[in-house]
Amino acid sequence: MSETDTQTTDGTETARRPGRERGREDGKFGRYGGQYVPEALMPAIEELTDAYERYVLDNEDGFMDEFRRRLADFGGRPTPLQRADRLSERYGRDVYLKREDLLHGGAHKLNNALGQALLAKYMGKERIIAETGAGQHGTATAMAAAHLDMPCTIYMGERDINRQRPNVFRMKLNGAEVKPVTTGRGTLKEAISETMRDWAATVEDTHYVIGSVVGPHPFPVMVRDFQAVISEEAREQAREKTGQLPTDIVACAGGGSNTMGAFAGFVDDGAVSLHAVEAGGSTLEVDEEAGVAPNSASLYTGEEGVLHGARTKLLQDRDGQIMESHSVSSGLDYAGVGPELAYLVDEGRVNPVAVDDDAALAGFHRLSRTEGIIPALETAHAFGFLEDHHEELGDRVVVNVSGRGDKDLEAVIEETDQREIAGAPDMSMFTEGI
Amino acid sequence: MADEPTATGDGDRSDSADPADSAARVTAEGTRANSAAIAEAFADGPAYVPYLVVGDPDAASSKAYVEALDRGGADVIELGLPFSEPIAEGPTIQEALVRALDAGMTPDRFFAFAEGLDVDAALVCMTYYNLIYQYGAASGPRPFVERAAAAGIEGLVVPDLPAEEADPLREACDEFGLDLVFIVAPTTRGDRLDRIMERVSGYVYVQARLGTTGARSDVSEQTTESLDRLSGYDVPKAVGFGISTGEHAERIVAGGADGVIVGSALVDIVGDGVANDRPTAAVADRLESLSRELKEGAERGYAARVGAAESQ
Repeated sequence: MSETDTQTTDGTETARRPGRERGREDGKFGRYGGQYVPEALMPAIEELTDAYERYVLDNEDGFMDEFRRRLADFGGRPTPLQRADRLSERYGRDVYLKREDLLHGGAHKLNNALGQALLAKYMGKERIIAETGAGQHGTATAMAAAHLDMPCTIYMGERDINRQRPNVFRMKLNGAEVKPVTTGRGTLKEAISETMRDWAATVEDTHYVIGSVVGPHPFPVMVRDFQAVISEEAREQAREKTGQLPTDIVACAGGGSNTMGAFAGFVDDGAVSLHAVEAGGSTLEVDEEAGVAPNSASLYTGEEGVLHGARTKLLQDRDGQIMESHSVSSGLDYAGVGPELAYLVDEGRVNPVAVDDDAALAGFHRLSRTEGIIPALETAHAFGFLEDHHEELGDRVVVNVSGRGDKDLEAVIEETDQREIAGAPDMSMFTEGI
Repeated sequence: MADEPTATGDGDRSDSADPADSAARVTAEGTRANSAAIAEAFADGPAYVPYLVVGDPDAASSKAYVEALDRGGADVIELGLPFSEPIAEGPTIQEALVRALDAGMTPDRFFAFAEGLDVDAALVCMTYYNLIYQYGAASGPRPFVERAAAAGIEGLVVPDLPAEEADPLREACDEFGLDLVFIVAPTTRGDRLDRIMERVSGYVYVQARLGTTGARSDVSEQTTESLDRLSGYDVPKAVGFGISTGEHAERIVAGGADGVIVGSALVDIVGDGVANDRPTAAVADRLESLSRELKEGAERGYAARVGAAESQ
């Protein structure tokens, strides 16, 4: 049963993979995870757990076959693993990009949204609901719902709606109803709370497509398993291209779905270092009085608590009230994080790092200019980390390009205009008329 | 641990709560009761169990409002300790929680508030698990429960804590003599229902319908079904969610409930007072008079039920 049994030098797939399967039995990751939800939701969660075990784990009725086929035909999988030539030269090591930005919809989110929407269909549910922060999960869910011909309602914080208007329009084009959430500060955590409220009233015919590896069991393991296609592909692609496994995997982390997707296939490869890059926001200092953490670095600075159905690391005040988080990228702007990541950080398996707004924006411009890839602001944090910490990394680094940046252009123009960023274009010509 | 049911022999619920006994006493049917005050509230007639958010819209008004519930006939009062992410609440109570948080309510101020109340009703704290878990220097729920007991709180309701995760809190409640109330939803059946009923004490909160809290004009059929499903368990059944008039309370108690829990209809009165800038005394009067209506409705329902049983 020891983890060393599973580490193989030649990477044979017959080895046991306890890390890849962690949490499937009981939803616990050490002290994290669990099912902290209102009683009215428990039967739905038990029903979902049963469906996850039958369809996802046991491929009943060929569910996983249909899922993979639809990810290929509708989603465009596999996504490439591309060597980034300029970045490799700049950092003196091979830098590879896992191009989830090329997945249909422009982000990794479709892997999970399509998996859950299809699961809802297999479960006989008639309607799907979802929360969204940046709008990436909302657009992916709206696409998947349209593709599978299911009605769909998306809850989105009012503030995020204003920050992400193009995504709101995309959701509506796909036929989804977008409901603004006005409670609190109107961001992701309020949207999650509101979607849970809807679900509590409609569980019998509705499935809640949660957008990240957060929430009560089985969501963290199920979303990880849908997103694990990222690292399963990348692992094979790296071996084909380089003959060996990567030395380092770098992924940004908000709730942590692209992070766990990028890590899951490598968790049992002890020699591969895993770096979770969180939003350092404007500062890591916290204003207890105002209840504001001007960052979203829950792995890096957070403390254990219970939020949205799981025990995990949280940004919270002394009393346990959840703080308002902040990030230039609304997709990372969340006070919690997936319970499995909290566990992997405590175990020393995952290295948590924080990259602030300035470094993320600089990373955004660097990748756009030097590689011809405009990344999502979320993803840009991973490139901020690469710039400052590449000397600590090995020879073969894979960065998960979790999404493309088209949705962020308005925000980038505004944020860039307020800063001095080397090599960034002059934004003043764009700021008029916006 | 008092997890294993141990028969006390008499099987009488009202005798099973002995404040001198720190571990939960369990009757022959497996019912627990730690608080004598809560057991008494459900003895000899229906219990009226109102809910308000503590500190809404400020501590001084809130004290007047809670005391008005008591004058109106409350048997148990559920005091809401506001949490920033109340996933089980509908808009009415959510807004009240935000008002209380904005006015500076904290767990320590909540306990001081409870200590300062002049009421006869038994006090129960309703809050979310993270606040219980984070309280005090030591980790785990024990410091919160110890402080609650010192403040005169007789029981806890924690809507986001399912039975599966509740054992540490259950143990702390047994140690300090508090009851732990669980919510049973219309969808709760079979093994889940058994797991909850093994851990519940004081009373069970019967959720009248699916969804979040909020006053409704109808009383769901789901209530009757839920009461039927629970009829084999010897613990008081208090029905909540959507009760707003004396007539609702009458119908629900006539239908077999041992008590009625009323939240949103009362919180609406407080919210209306805030929105229209009404004097505290006027809002308190409305709370007292609605309480009286609800209590009287519950008693009419009880009389009808007892009368029907005797005439059989």
